[in-house]
Amino acid sequence: MTYEILLAGFGGQGILFAGKLLAYCALFEGKEISWLPSYGPEMRGGKCNCSVTISDEPIGSPQVLEPDLLVVLNGPSFDAFMGNVKPGGKAFVDSSMVAQKTDRTDIETFYVPATQLADDNNLAKGANIVLLGKLLHETGIFSFETVRKALEKNTPAKRAHTIDNNMRALQLGADYAG
Amino acid sequence: MAVKFQRPHSLCDVRLHYCAGCTHGIIHRLVAEVIDEMGIEGTTVGVCPVGCSVFAYNYFNCDMIEAPHGRAPAVATGVKRARPDLNVFTYQGDGDLAAIGTAETVHAATRGENIVVIFVNNGTYGMTGGQMAPTTLPGQVTTTSPYGRDPKTAGYPVRVCEMLSTLSGTALAVRTAVDSVPHIRETKKMIRKAFENQQRGNGFSIVEVLSTCPSNWGLTPKESIKRLQEECIPYYPLGVYKDVEIAEANADLLAMGGAAK
Amino acid sequence: MEKVLMKGNEALAEAAIRAGCKCFFGYPITPQTELSEYLAKQMPKRGGVFLQAESEVAAINMVLGAAGTGTRVMTSSSSPGISLKSEGISYIAGSDVPCLIVNVERGGPGLGSIQPSQQDYWQATKGLGHGDFHLIILAPNSVQEVVNLVTKAFDLGEKYRMPVMLLSDGLLGQMMEPVEFPEITPSQADNSAWAACGTKMEREHHIVNSLYIEALDLEEQVKRRYERYAKIEETEAMAETYLCEDADIIVTAFGATSRVAKSAVNKARAEGIKAGLFRPITLWPFPKAELNAACKNAKAVLSVEMNMGQMIDDVKLALDCRLPVSFFGRTGGVVPSPKEVLEELRKLNGGAQ
Repeated sequence: MTYEILLAGFGGQGILFAGKLLAYCALFEGKEISWLPSYGPEMRGGKCNCSVTISDEPIGSPQVLEPDLLVVLNGPSFDAFMGNVKPGGKAFVDSSMVAQKTDRTDIETFYVPATQLADDNNLAKGANIVLLGKLLHETGIFSFETVRKALEKNTPAKRAHTIDNNMRALQLGADYAG
Repeated sequence: MAVKFQRPHSLCDVRLHYCAGCTHGIIHRLVAEVIDEMGIEGTTVGVCPVGCSVFAYNYFNCDMIEAPHGRAPAVATGVKRARPDLNVFTYQGDGDLAAIGTAETVHAATRGENIVVIFVNNGTYGMTGGQMAPTTLPGQVTTTSPYGRDPKTAGYPVRVCEMLSTLSGTALAVRTAVDSVPHIRETKKMIRKAFENQQRGNGFSIVEVLSTCPSNWGLTPKESIKRLQEECIPYYPLGVYKDVEIAEANADLLAMGGAAK
Repeated sequence: MEKVLMKGNEALAEAAIRAGCKCFFGYPITPQTELSEYLAKQMPKRGGVFLQAESEVAAINMVLGAAGTGTRVMTSSSSPGISLKSEGISYIAGSDVPCLIVNVERGGPGLGSIQPSQQDYWQATKGLGHGDFHLIILAPNSVQEVVNLVTKAFDLGEKYRMPVMLLSDGLLGQMMEPVEFPEITPSQADNSAWAACGTKMEREHHIVNSLYIEALDLEEQVKRRYERYAKIEETEAMAETYLCEDADIIVTAFGATSRVAKSAVNKARAEGIKAGLFRPITLWPFPKAELNAACKNAKAVLSVEMNMGQMIDDVKLALDCRLPVSFFGRTGGVVPSPKEVLEELRKLNGGAQ
């Protein structure tokens, strides 16, 4: 089993963090993993994407160019990457940020108004986690308990209160039927 | 018969390569005497520059490291940070310290690097044959300022002690000369003070020694001393530009949150 | 020990501390940033020295000073910074003192780009400064191998009294992978014969120096250094081979690019193309004998690099041009894709039959 996952959006949308959570989940389950950020000189607001490969085999190239699973949080990323999803793959789109729709029928696309859902539930900046919740719900690659462990590992003590918020965001995504 | 005068132990028993009348010999001896008198030869590491004193590693009996041109304060920083128990000094000329090594000099000083810098200033690049140095005086003829240094095109000489005395990390910045017995004695006193500063962890200490270069100045040794007194010292006034206990002098800055040096 | 997820840069820094590195001198530059930031945090807590110098030039000379005292010391930078360090690297090599230099390569020339590249192959293996000298160049291709090679780098440097470079790149530095830190007890080689750390009035003074005013003395010194180099070439070359035994086409690639190449080789095998991968782990010494052995059944060689073709020179020299060697690479910070490499393999396979 190999999952090649690409997460993309603007800097500051928590792209790398969401990718990191997936990577940690895989670590807890003893998988081979590579997590690779694209990096730019702009600290915030630049183009940002993150390649995560999870596999039972040693991983070759860590760059995910043709993802099995794509998570997009902005329009430019949608335009750039929707065409690259492997046939049979799945795409998770923040429809509050992306107006476009794909005409591809060989992939499954889930439009989730993640930013809107997060804002409506006092979970500002939680769109990344909402989409992650949808991804986990649709693929079942990791359980929510595993994600909680990953959150605990990646949340500094002084921000521990955000763990429950993130779990709520995860559930919102999972429950969204759109 | 009691021995009244002999080679300091920390000076090697070898023939120096310096030209007749060059004052490097005096300054080497002063440094060696201080090392002997403080009993620190076995725990001292010297760093030589590129320039006339490049071979100083053959003359001092303590362990020595030869640095790239201008980098002696960085090399000395590496030695001192790796081994704070060692006494570390650099021995540098004006081209080395005040031109190519300006950044290393200024930053070692501003970090309050706990080292001793012996700065021999004779206003010329001696080793390469008398080119214009950062400390060459206005109007002075050298091989690369053949019509005399013109500040309009070649800029002005650098007054190193004055510049470094503005930095909070500098504990001691003093300019002396080796033109007369009283000045030579004063120079030794200041070199000792610099090493004592280091032992107390007081920060960056620089002793600038105005010196001569008879060969490249085109003067006899005696005439060179006269020029040093009549032309150089007036442009580079002797004296103590800074002499502080770092902790006291920087009390305000340290109170603002900096870790104590 | 349990596996942890770490970026290549951070894992390298942690491995250096565990390997007994006592001093780090550096200057900020992307994409090696995480390495120095990690050490800035950890070194003071773990009995080491972290110092941010005023320039790369100063940093490498601080390394010279600390190395001169016989202390385990390192610096890290990225391509433009390594150019600045080359002066000091030449002096360190000429003074026969050991240290570790890390280059997390980025695109060039000039300010170039901050994306991954392997454009410093020539610089690392042939031109790290003026004069006749070599560095041992280690080129890991995973975060785990970065960790494993750090200890080896320090040990090799001390064994042969020379600087060692670990050649990483932006991709390897920024990538996170699970990594395990082997239990090691750092053992520093005896340096009492040369280190300038105070005579204690018990011995002749030591001089750490690269200046020899007599040409014959310098020649003698350089020749002795080359005797050591010969021994290193004989005994220290390292390489990994993958599916080379029956391969018609051997792909040569190092560092991060070798992972792309491996993906391409796997895809090619799935199509029935008999491809294999040869990956030098030491770039100097270049694993010549190992390459020849790996190519014993090959009809063609393809050098894949993140540059315009640099290692290919060493591949051709090692093979004495007995096989056709072609090149595929992307440059400027662009990472080649497995697909592109596969396309090259398809072309070569057609040509070879």
